[in-house]
Amino acid sequence: MELIELEYWQLALASVLVILLAACSWWVRLGFGRSLVIAAVRTTIQLSLIGLILEALFSVGALGWVALMGVAMVILAGREVMMRQRRRLRGGWAFGIGTSAMFVSAFTIAVMTLLIVIRPDPWYQPQYAIPLLGMMLGNTMNGIALSLDRLTDTVWRQREDIEGRLMLGQRWQEAISDIRREAMRSGMIPTINMMAAAGLVSLPGMMTGQILAGSPPALAVKYQILLMFTIAAGTGFGTMLAVTAGSYRLFDHRQRLRTDRITDPTH
Amino acid sequence: MNQTLSINGLGTGELDAFSLDVAPGRILCLSGPSGSGKSRLLRAVADLDPHDGEASLNGTPAHNLKADEWRRRVMLVPAESRWWHDTVGEHCGEPRESDLTALGFEPDVHQWPVSRLSSGEKQRLALYRALSLDPEALLLDEPTANLDEATRERVEQWLARRIHDQGLPTFWVAHDPGQIARVGDTHYRISGRRLEEVNHGTD
Repeated sequence: MELIELEYWQLALASVLVILLAACSWWVRLGFGRSLVIAAVRTTIQLSLIGLILEALFSVGALGWVALMGVAMVILAGREVMMRQRRRLRGGWAFGIGTSAMFVSAFTIAVMTLLIVIRPDPWYQPQYAIPLLGMMLGNTMNGIALSLDRLTDTVWRQREDIEGRLMLGQRWQEAISDIRREAMRSGMIPTINMMAAAGLVSLPGMMTGQILAGSPPALAVKYQILLMFTIAAGTGFGTMLAVTAGSYRLFDHRQRLRTDRITDPTH
Repeated sequence: MNQTLSINGLGTGELDAFSLDVAPGRILCLSGPSGSGKSRLLRAVADLDPHDGEASLNGTPAHNLKADEWRRRVMLVPAESRWWHDTVGEHCGEPRESDLTALGFEPDVHQWPVSRLSSGEKQRLALYRALSLDPEALLLDEPTANLDEATRERVEQWLARRIHDQGLPTFWVAHDPGQIARVGDTHYRISGRRLEEVNHGTD
């Protein structure tokens, strides 16, 4: 099966659609025209750049460069997790907890999947390693950001309930147990929903891409299932780690609730 | 289980460090203008806020116990009670009919949904809830503030009786001079950054 080459003028044709939409937004004053154009430009620049980087990486294929790329991706994802929280833990903890949770879950599971399941030769071959890590990080990042945001926000709003429980002599783990469970759930639910709906409502992005690029659907499906499982595991373990570490940080050695360790978004 | 609650050089943001003892079954009434730091003081004794100095119960300083163990023994009942489960009973220990009757409740109050409680019922049940967990000392922040006069008297008598019978050393924040005279064994007032004892003479 041969690939149909996509030319720049064909992309320009597709961009006309976006420009039309922006014009409409301007026409009826919907107010998103400007951000739509900026986002479209960003997507073009960012993806072109990553394309160049991947081309270079694929041609070199050295372990050091692949590892560097992986670490850079984890750090960027950690920054994104921090930015998406309305109330964050102060003093670098929001970034630290998000990044280490992703490193431990997404990074480890990606490496294990490469070494044990896919087994390309060499195992760090960037054509497999980078997309796998990218998909896992993207989803794990969402889960961790959602769950940490839920955790700090709910703790802030229910701080008097938590203290009420501490006053009755409950341990901090008990006083925050409901909130912790809810935070973990909210991080996991998008992934569970995605797995449950896969193939029924929408074809997953990676599988679609593979099929468009000429891969037989049966193989694309197998890769997609593998990816779903690793994503679920990465998101689940990452969320559990992040919420556990985050709740731990919300109390001090005398089991006092320390809301002063959370930022106040109104200031 | 007769224990003395001692405060040794305890200081908060609003108050200079002070020391005093509350003997078993004795009630120390605490008054002062709003915002003077009464609630902060109780929170510091319960070790809910960072503070200087320390409280100890019968010679055991707070830091020798796990924080949850300390708070289970030295129990703070705040002015506004919080309820997080659906029914009253899920918050309390085993039902105690004599206490419920004394507070004007039927024994089935354990099955009541929390959402239907009035502010006065919440306040009475918060006191009942705290005592149902068998504390060894009490920190009460305006325990009768939301109650009408008849109920206030009833709750006040029940509390005073339980405190004396069980020998619980108690901090009781109050505004009403009448109540302070009725229940207080000693009376301290917050004046500026200091805690000073008030002598009521012979009344």
